Amino acid sequence: MFKFPKIALAIAICLTGATAFAQSTKYPGVGRDATAKEVAAWDIDVRPDFKGLPAGSGSVAKGQDVWEAKCAHCHGIFGESNEVFSPLIGGTTAEDIKTGRVANLTRTDFPGRTTIMKVATVSTLWDYINRAMPWTNPKTLTTEEVYAVTGFLLNLAGVVPDNFVLSDKNIADVQKRMPNRNGMTTAHAMWPGKEFGGTYKPDTRNVICMKDCVAEPKVASFLPDFARNAHGNLSEQNRMVGQQKGADTTKPEGSSGKTSATPATPSTSAAAPAKATDGKADTKAVMALLSKNTCTACHGIDKKIVGPGFNEIAKKYPGKVDYLAGKIKSGGAGVWGPIPMPAQTIGEADAKIIANWIAAGATK
Amino acid sequence: MKEQFNSSGRVIKAPENFLTPTDVKTVFAEGKQGRRDFIRRAFAAASTATAAGVAAVSAPTAWAQGNPLPTEGGDPNILKLPEHATGLGQGVATEGYGKPSKYEANLQRRQSPGLTQTTQASVSFAPLQSLFGIVTPSGLHFERHHQGWWDIDPSKHRFMINGMVKNPKVFTMDEIMRLPSVSRFHFIECGANTAVDWGNVAVPTVQYTHGMLSCSEFTGVPLITLLELAGADLKNGKFVLAEGGDGSSMTRTIPMSLITSGEVLVAYGQNGEMLRPENGYPLRLVVPGVQGVSWVKYLRRVEVGDQPYAAKDEAIHYIDLQPGGLHRQYTNIQECKSVVTTPSGGQVLLDKGFYNITGLAWSGKGKIKRVDVSTDGGRNWRQARLETPVLSKALTRFNLDWVWDGKPAIIQSRAQDETGYVQPMYKQLRDVRGTRSIYHNNAIQSWLVQENGEVKNVQVS
Repeated sequence: MFKFPKIALAIAICLTGATAFAQSTKYPGVGRDATAKEVAAWDIDVRPDFKGLPAGSGSVAKGQDVWEAKCAHCHGIFGESNEVFSPLIGGTTAEDIKTGRVANLTRTDFPGRTTIMKVATVSTLWDYINRAMPWTNPKTLTTEEVYAVTGFLLNLAGVVPDNFVLSDKNIADVQKRMPNRNGMTTAHAMWPGKEFGGTYKPDTRNVICMKDCVAEPKVASFLPDFARNAHGNLSEQNRMVGQQKGADTTKPEGSSGKTSATPATPSTSAAAPAKATDGKADTKAVMALLSKNTCTACHGIDKKIVGPGFNEIAKKYPGKVDYLAGKIKSGGAGVWGPIPMPAQTIGEADAKIIANWIAAGATK
Repeated sequence: MKEQFNSSGRVIKAPENFLTPTDVKTVFAEGKQGRRDFIRRAFAAASTATAAGVAAVSAPTAWAQGNPLPTEGGDPNILKLPEHATGLGQGVATEGYGKPSKYEANLQRRQSPGLTQTTQASVSFAPLQSLFGIVTPSGLHFERHHQGWWDIDPSKHRFMINGMVKNPKVFTMDEIMRLPSVSRFHFIECGANTAVDWGNVAVPTVQYTHGMLSCSEFTGVPLITLLELAGADLKNGKFVLAEGGDGSSMTRTIPMSLITSGEVLVAYGQNGEMLRPENGYPLRLVVPGVQGVSWVKYLRRVEVGDQPYAAKDEAIHYIDLQPGGLHRQYTNIQECKSVVTTPSGGQVLLDKGFYNITGLAWSGKGKIKRVDVSTDGGRNWRQARLETPVLSKALTRFNLDWVWDGKPAIIQSRAQDETGYVQPMYKQLRDVRGTRSIYHNNAIQSWLVQENGEVKNVQVS
C-alpha cells in the first residue's frame, strides 16, 4: 500500500493546511490492514443519508409474510403489541405525514410513545432491523426481507400504500413522508463538542444557598402503601450490620413499627455454600438450557410473558414428556392464545431435558 | 418505638418471623432488661423449630447486635470465646477465586419488578445503599443488556477500524493489549437512571432510583491511538460510530472531542482484572461523562465518518421528549448529580443519636467541587466532606456528621462540579424539560426519615 514519506506529508500539511490523514507509525507490528472482504462483512451500518444501504427491494406483501413468521410473536400482528416490547406502530396520522411532526407527542394524556411516533429517520429502522432482528436470531434476514419488513411496518403506519415495494431507489422519497421527520432537535448543551452547533448553556441554574433557601417543604409525592413490598422485602436488600437496617416491607408500616428493623438475613439459598442436591443440579442445567435457547424470552418460570409460564404448562401436561418435547421442537398455536410459537432449532436431547423438567412440575 | 431503646440507646432486634407474637413481646421485654441468656434460649428454640430455614446463618450471634451494658458480667460474645477463636480455620486457596462472606448475600444487583418483560432486554440495579467508597465491585456492577449477554472467547475477538481512515485496520486482543495502556477511574451511568421518578415517586430505594450507576478503574488504550494507527481523517471525520459484536450490535455516535482529548478508551480491564462478561468482556468502549449506552460492549468496530449515524439508540430510544413535543437527539452528557446512600429509602435507623450521612456525587463534565447536605428538605444546608480521591468524571464519596433528634427529617444532597454548575431541584428541571423526558434526570433526591426510623423516597414541593 502506498504511503506518504513522512517529510512529504509534513510539507503537504504546511502547504495546504488541510491534509487530515495522520497515520501513526509509532507502534510497528501492531495491527494489520483489513481486507475488503472483512470490511464488507462487518460494515453494515446505514446512515440517514443512506450511505451503507445495500441495493435491493422488498414488497409490503412479502413483508407481511416475513412479519407473521418471524416478528409477530413478539410485536403482535400489527406491530401494536405491548407484551414483550414497546409498541412499534400507532399514534400517527395522515396529517403528521404532511407536517413531519407527530401531534400526539404534544399531548400529556397520550398513553405511551410508539417507535413510529418517535423515529425521524427511516434509515434507523432499516439499519436496526438488519443488524438486530429477529431478536433471537439477529442478522439472519436477507436484504430483501429487511426491505420488505421495513416497508410492511411503514404500510401499517400509513406511510406507504399496500402495493408498495421499498427499495434503495425510492427510500429517500419515503424519508420525506416519515411522520416525525421534523421532530428532533440538537439545540441543547448535552453533546460534548461543537459538531451539532448546540449550546453550552445548561438548562438549569441552581445556586448554592445555605440558609432559609426554600419555604417549609411539603411532601408532594411518596410511594403508596400498596406498593410497599412491590420490590421484595427490603430488609433482605440491606447489609445485616451497619448504621441502619432494611425495612421489613412484608408488614404494613406502623403495625409493627416497633420491630420494623427486622434483621436482614441473607436468604439460605444465596448464603449456603454450593452444596446443591442432585435435583438442584438438574434444575440448574435446565435453567442454563432455557437461557441458552432463549426460551425465557417468551416463557417465564412462574408467569406468562408472551407465551404461557412453564408452571402453567406443567399444570396442564403433567408427565407428558414426549408431547412436550415434540411441541418444543415443532412450535404451535391456538392452545394458549393467538400468538404462535415458532418451531425451535434445538437438539432432541436438550428438548427432552426441558420436557422432563416441565412434565415434573417446572420447579425452580 | 421508645420502649425498644435500652440503656445504650440501640435497638434489640427480634427475628419475629420465627417467634410467636407472644414470644416476641417477651423477648423485647426481657431484652430491655438485658437478659441475654433468655434471648439466646428463645432464638435457639426458634431456629430448631424452623429446621432448614435459617440454620445456615448462625442466627443469635448475627442478629443480637444491640450493645447493652452487661448485667451479668459481660457480653457473651466477649466472655464465651467463639469457635473461630478456639478452632482451626480453613486453608489457602480453598476458593481459587474468593467470594464475599456469606453474610453479605443481601447485596445483589436486582431487577425492578415490572420494568421489563424479558431478562435479556433489561436492567439490573447496583445496591448503592450498601456500598462504600467509590468503586463498584465488578460482580455488583449494574447491567443493561439489549439482547442478552455473552462470554466471548477473547482469542477470537477482533477489533476493526474503517471509514474515513487511510488504511482500515484489524487488531487482535493480543495486539490491543500490547499497546501503551492507561488506567482511569470513571463512573458509568445509564441515561435513564432515575427515569422512573421524573413524574413522581415510583420506587422505594436508592438501588432502584439511582442504581444504574457504577464506578470502576478501567484499563485500556486511548481510542485516538488506534485511530492514528489507521490514519484517521480527523479533520473531516467529525463523528465516530462504535459498534458491538453481539446480537444487538449496539451502535452509537461517539463525540469526537472526547476522542481527540484522549479520554475515550478501548478498554479490556476493570478493577484490576478483565472486564466481566456482563460488562462487555473482552472489549468495551469507555466514554467518560457520557451515558452508559455509548460505552459499547463487545466492541468490534469503530467507523470514522462525516455525519452522525442516528442509530436505534439515538433515534428511537435515548432521545429526550421536551414539553413542546420535540425530542432532543444526541443528548450524551450526564450532568452533575448526587445522592445520599445512607440514610436512604427502605432503610430503618436504629435509634436517635449519631449518624454518618454518606453519599455519592459525580459529573460528566469534570470533578466534583462541593456537596452540600440538607436535613430539613432543602431549607438549610451544611457543606459535606469530600473524601479522596476526587477524580474527573468519577464517583466522589461525601460524608457529613449528623445527630438525629428522632424527629422527621428530609435529607437531600446538592452537588456542584468544577464548571460551577449546581445540581438542580426537581422544579427547575421540570420547568425546562417537563416530566416526560425519561432520560437525564439529575434532580436533587429527597429521603424522608420518619419518627419510627423508617426512611422513605419522597419528593417535596
